[in-house]
Amino acid sequence: MSARAASRLATLGFTHVYRYQAGRADWFAAGLPREGRDAHVPRVADVAKRDVHTCRLDERVGDVRDRVGRDGGEPLIVVDADRVVLGLVNSDALAGDPAIPVEEVMDSAPVTFRPNIRAGEMPDYLKKQGVQHAIVTTSDGVLIGLLHLQPAHSTA
Amino acid sequence: MPTVIDRQAVQQLVREGTQLVDVLGAKEYEAEHIPGAINIPLKNLDRATAKRLDSGRPAITYCHDYQ
Repeated sequence: MSARAASRLATLGFTHVYRYQAGRADWFAAGLPREGRDAHVPRVADVAKRDVHTCRLDERVGDVRDRVGRDGGEPLIVVDADRVVLGLVNSDALAGDPAIPVEEVMDSAPVTFRPNIRAGEMPDYLKKQGVQHAIVTTSDGVLIGLLHLQPAHSTA
Repeated sequence: MPTVIDRQAVQQLVREGTQLVDVLGAKEYEAEHIPGAINIPLKNLDRATAKRLDSGRPAITYCHDYQ
């Protein structure tokens, strides 16, 4: 659609026409500002906890545990130097062998949400699976925050 | 031939004064759009509606995604 519009503008005498092929879905998924009637509907990026513990792939479980403590069972998010999410370490894994590298205990495919998903719109399959946390990332995978989906006791 | 650009280029060009054109339908635009975008739905885009734009300045078109 944007391609046809761009070509049409060119035929109408516009000499410098660009096409943002990825469109507003890409813009919103990056957590950039929105305008319009629904722009102020809360999104997961608005309710996600931003101040979260992170660690590197090559750190050892014991070192991370010493650095961050247990902090109420909150998971740690494994990121690279650009804060791109590589995995998630839950509190059980953090309680294990201190000599093991984080890389070996992390969940390398944690649930992630794009920041523009409406808060509260959690897919049913996640509820059924008892997923407790989701990581909010930009469309480029950069960490925004952590979302608490449901309390731990509801997964029993 | 219109040039395909990414998000970073959009931000840069808009800062420099490039016009941003949302070619989705009016209802979709009213619900949500990129700040500063002008709505000219593709089905209404013609010589008359294009006069809402400045043909002497660059323009970026976008829709929802890779459609």
